[in-house]
Amino acid sequence: MAEPKLSVRNLGKTFISDRGTTVALEGVDLDIGDNEFVGLVGTSGCGKSTLLSIAAGLETQSEGEIRIDGADITGPGLDRGVVFQSYTLLPWLTAEQNVEFALRASGRSSAEAASIARDHMRLVGLTGFEKAYPAELSGGMKQRVAIARALSYRPKMLLMDEPFGALDALTRHHMQELLTGIWEQHRLTVLFITHDVEEAVYLSDRVAVMTNRPGRIKKIVPIDLPRPRRYTMAASPEFQALHREVMDAIRSESLAAAGFAEALE
Amino acid sequence: MRKQKGLARLFALGGRIRAVEFLGIAVAVFAVLGLLWFATTAAGLVRPLFLPSPGQVLSRLGELWASGQLLADMGISIYRITLGFLISTVIALPIGILIGSYRGWEAAIEPFVDFIRYMPVVAFVPLTILWTGTGDAQKFLIIFIGTFFQQVLLVMDNVKSVPRDFINLGRTLEMPEWRILKGIVLPSALPAIWDSLRISLGWAWTWLVVAELVAATSGLGYRITTAQRFFQTDLIFGYLLILGILGLATDQAMKYLGRRLFRYLEVR
Repeated sequence: MAEPKLSVRNLGKTFISDRGTTVALEGVDLDIGDNEFVGLVGTSGCGKSTLLSIAAGLETQSEGEIRIDGADITGPGLDRGVVFQSYTLLPWLTAEQNVEFALRASGRSSAEAASIARDHMRLVGLTGFEKAYPAELSGGMKQRVAIARALSYRPKMLLMDEPFGALDALTRHHMQELLTGIWEQHRLTVLFITHDVEEAVYLSDRVAVMTNRPGRIKKIVPIDLPRPRRYTMAASPEFQALHREVMDAIRSESLAAAGFAEALE
Repeated sequence: MRKQKGLARLFALGGRIRAVEFLGIAVAVFAVLGLLWFATTAAGLVRPLFLPSPGQVLSRLGELWASGQLLADMGISIYRITLGFLISTVIALPIGILIGSYRGWEAAIEPFVDFIRYMPVVAFVPLTILWTGTGDAQKFLIIFIGTFFQQVLLVMDNVKSVPRDFINLGRTLEMPEWRILKGIVLPSALPAIWDSLRISLGWAWTWLVVAELVAATSGLGYRITTAQRFFQTDLIFGYLLILGILGLATDQAMKYLGRRLFRYLEVR
């Protein structure tokens, strides 16, 4: 493999608070190649969001190394675009202004920002909604604006923290199709966090499964399904087999996490 | 969900109401209470010294209006509350924003503000008279003491409720701290801050009248004290009504302005 875009080595994170210490991550190793789409699945509370926060530079690791293009990540930066589960659209700005806001922060002139924002609204299929305020948009639309915003300033990689977790099943499927469509055309390095195994398999080149807390990478499943991907693939035997493989890896973790271990195993 | 027929939906948990129904009920309650007041006095059930009739109160107010007394009293009181409230707000805003944004400043300031907040404002009246006499400055001071400390804590809470991910968004865009504060935190907290100011303005009315009742030579509160001395119960009632109307009017004006300013929060 060529030089990875994101490289994580022996990463650990321990939270120390007045109530005690929690080991969220321990010995995490993960490489994400250039233009690779990696899905990270795990049970809730396994530390997958913590890993993303560290990659985003919003948290610092307690031990180990994390690098982007070979350089240590020491803080947040415009080289990584983050899409949060909570849409984080600024409510006093219109959809388009939300995209422009990020572009202006990244140093673009207002004319340039306006034209890039318009293009990205089109990219996520929101032409006609440029002047709408977030309160007027559905959850799926808001997240499309957030994706447009994160893509607009051309980060080296996209970090997505359960971006479709709050959406209803149908909208989620549409969003997944939209995201693969964009990814297949534009090629980006993506770390995508989810607890939805089907979503991870459908979107990813590789799916990494995390253990329960303290989170480690338990297994990495290469998803060698052809692209472009279509939602009809979910019914194919190849898809089912991969789904099964990831599910088997995560199932024992989730049973243990939910206290079902003895009852169901 | 159970379907509520007719008016039952008005008294069901989480039920809906139309604007015109809301207004209708509100006005009806005022009308019923007014009518009860009228009936009680017309039937001679209570001596006018304790409860004057609506007619007496209105004619007294008419007299005071004609003589210019009412307008002068209202003018001075409105002047005092405007200035007192503005002074308090202008100082409370930056401090509330500061301690809502930085935990260190919160630790330094919040416990002290909380401590003073629990001191009854009325107990400050003698001290403020000692310090500043019985002029307007003392009224400003009482309004300030009664409003400022509450405002600081309210604004602090408003700023703290800004979603953490909003701040994280600013960080991922490499915005400097002060720009995150100015460009994200403040605009995000503004609608809630506006509401806090509206609520504290209501309290400011109370402190104004308290200050005017105890030591003043003018204003709505002062007129009420002198009326008591001369058994002018109708004037007391009239001025209480005026105070109620002024309070309600400012509150509604603030609400209306807020809806105009923060229109983006409403689904069109």
